[in-house]
Amino acid sequence: MKTLEDLQAIKEKLQGQMDLRNESHAETKIVVGMATCGIAAGARPVVTAFSDTVQEHKLHGVSVTLMGCIGLCSQEPIVEVTTPKDGKVTYVKMTPEKAKRVVEEHIIGGNVVTEYTIDNNK
Amino acid sequence: MYRSQVLVCGGTGCTSSGSPAIIDRLHEEIKKNGLEEEVEVIRTGCFGLCALGPIMIVYPEGCFYSAVKEEDIPEIVSEHLLKGRIVEHLLYKETVTENGIKPLSDTNFYKKQHRVALRNCGLINPENIDEYIALDGYQALAKVLSEMTPEQVIQTILDSGLRGRGGAGFPTGKKWQLARTIVQDGGQKYVCCNADEGDPGAFMDRSVLEGDPHAVIEAMAIAGYAIGATQGYIYVRAEYPIAVKRLQIAINQAREYGLLGKNIFGKGFDFDLDIRLGAGAFVCGEETALMTSIEGKRGEPRCRPPFPAEKGLFQRPTVLNNVETYANIPQIILKGADWFSSMGTEKSKGTKVFALGGKINNTGLVEVPMGTTLREIVYEIGGGIPKGKKFKAAQTGGPSGGCIPTEHLDIKIDYDNLIAIGSMMGSGGLIVMDEDNCMVDIAKFFLEFTVDESCGKCTPCRIGTKRLYEMLHKITSGNGTLEDLDKMEKLCYYIKNNSLCGLGQTAPNPVLSTLRYFKDEYIAHVVDKKCPAGVCTRLLQYKIVEDKCKGCTACARACPAGAISGTVKEPHKIDPAKCIKCGACMSKCKFGAIIKE
Repeated sequence: MKTLEDLQAIKEKLQGQMDLRNESHAETKIVVGMATCGIAAGARPVVTAFSDTVQEHKLHGVSVTLMGCIGLCSQEPIVEVTTPKDGKVTYVKMTPEKAKRVVEEHIIGGNVVTEYTIDNNK
Repeated sequence: MYRSQVLVCGGTGCTSSGSPAIIDRLHEEIKKNGLEEEVEVIRTGCFGLCALGPIMIVYPEGCFYSAVKEEDIPEIVSEHLLKGRIVEHLLYKETVTENGIKPLSDTNFYKKQHRVALRNCGLINPENIDEYIALDGYQALAKVLSEMTPEQVIQTILDSGLRGRGGAGFPTGKKWQLARTIVQDGGQKYVCCNADEGDPGAFMDRSVLEGDPHAVIEAMAIAGYAIGATQGYIYVRAEYPIAVKRLQIAINQAREYGLLGKNIFGKGFDFDLDIRLGAGAFVCGEETALMTSIEGKRGEPRCRPPFPAEKGLFQRPTVLNNVETYANIPQIILKGADWFSSMGTEKSKGTKVFALGGKINNTGLVEVPMGTTLREIVYEIGGGIPKGKKFKAAQTGGPSGGCIPTEHLDIKIDYDNLIAIGSMMGSGGLIVMDEDNCMVDIAKFFLEFTVDESCGKCTPCRIGTKRLYEMLHKITSGNGTLEDLDKMEKLCYYIKNNSLCGLGQTAPNPVLSTLRYFKDEYIAHVVDKKCPAGVCTRLLQYKIVEDKCKGCTACARACPAGAISGTVKEPHKIDPAKCIKCGACMSKCKFGAIIKE
């Protein structure tokens, strides 16, 4: 390292990982169902996709956590996204590609991706 | 990228209670569950709550698992890390509430703490320089090299009011200023770090070096820039293997990144660091002895003046600060002198790290703003005294300090208040004592330590401490007289006034402060020939209460000296002439029939 810019670059590169350890309350929460039914339906790559996309976009105050079964196993993987603007939105039958879109359109863009929500998939 | 991180404490406390095995098991179970790409395991420095080790914390949930056992790991991995079901029964109890998990920062142990010197301890991987940089590491060095003159750096430290955390409390900025201005011949100057933490019960500096070594390295480079030095030495005890290892890794990484070496950040400033290992002599914590030891000579102190700022290491101007002092510096540079001086009392600014030990529930490492009361530290943060026993005193400053009795529990802890009540800040060891501790015995313990550790160069210390110890021994053996107490006090002042270095000048403090606050205990030893706390064995007698004794013979069988006699189902008797006062009979008796008085 020779310059101050190099120092800044290292700092930014690790920002996403260090944010995981930030204890201050996240305003936006992404909670993925990871019970046996969720895992069987493919929830694990969904969690990874959410976590990676949040870190790629260097989003602050967004947490990605796991939860158990909410009782709607046929619709798994189920993801609940809570934002200050829209409250709790439940997405069903999620995939890594859908996860990326939810982060970019709902969390960053502020528009709920209605075609994936539970109301439109009954 | 990882979605979850498991931080496991790798400080000396948790390492000895088994954290390496836990880390190995975590890796194994994570692999078994195919989570290697999703969950990262990080070994950190000390979290502070050493009493509950091994400690681990899982992010992003912030779940705090305490006293973790190796066999708990499969459950934590398969339930929590894989399925997101927090294993509540293994959590630190205080964090489990009806409304979910309470953040660690809201618990009694942490909520009154304010972490400046310890800010990264338990939060980053100390063996990864990138994590330190991610949390503003080396930004302070960048700032001083690109925006500040050495004079401005010194002025900032002066304005912050930072005083030496090694115990004496000399203003750090003043020290730097002297080293910069006193000799200006363009020759070599040195920056040294005192990590020769020798007080019994103190582990603040070790924890900083283990948990955040780069903070010390960065601060030493800043000090080098401020005084015009290009070489630094960290003098650390060889008894701190984890600290030494992490420090060496950190120095190597900093060199690799060009944060130590030639032309740092391209600003034309050169600075490099080396480690020197101390062989465990307490006197080498004294500044002149420490520098003599770095020079490769026998570690003995010398007269001051000349002070190190004028003639220090290799007879050149030298700044020597303690580990904790350095750990504050980068934060002061980044956040400003006003931010730092807004914490603390009028003459003692900032925070202080204490190593809590002795008769206290939450043994561990705490950092509180100056001016916090002893009561808050002992009862709120420390969780009080085990088994509901009564607080008797707290010993601060180790063998150089004194004790603080119950009547001063509400004193605001800072440098000047502690001196006023006959103790001292010291490096930060804080040993809590309850009703079962004999204060004469405590004074004797510390004197035994200083007699051992006196280097022998000057007579008042070498012979004076020995004589003082002998008098204490005489008193605890039941042979003391009231006249001895007066003689002892006189000798204390003689040693204080005539010794060459800080070791001798402070060695009588434990005696003087116990004489001041617990004279009644000394008098009980001398006049009544009793030890009220039941510690000094020569003044004790074990007796069997006839009414309670069932004649079970358990005590007689346990006695190694054959001092107990009696027939089965008849009350037994102890022969005081044969009794060696080991207490074996007392712990064997199921009926509470054996007492000591």
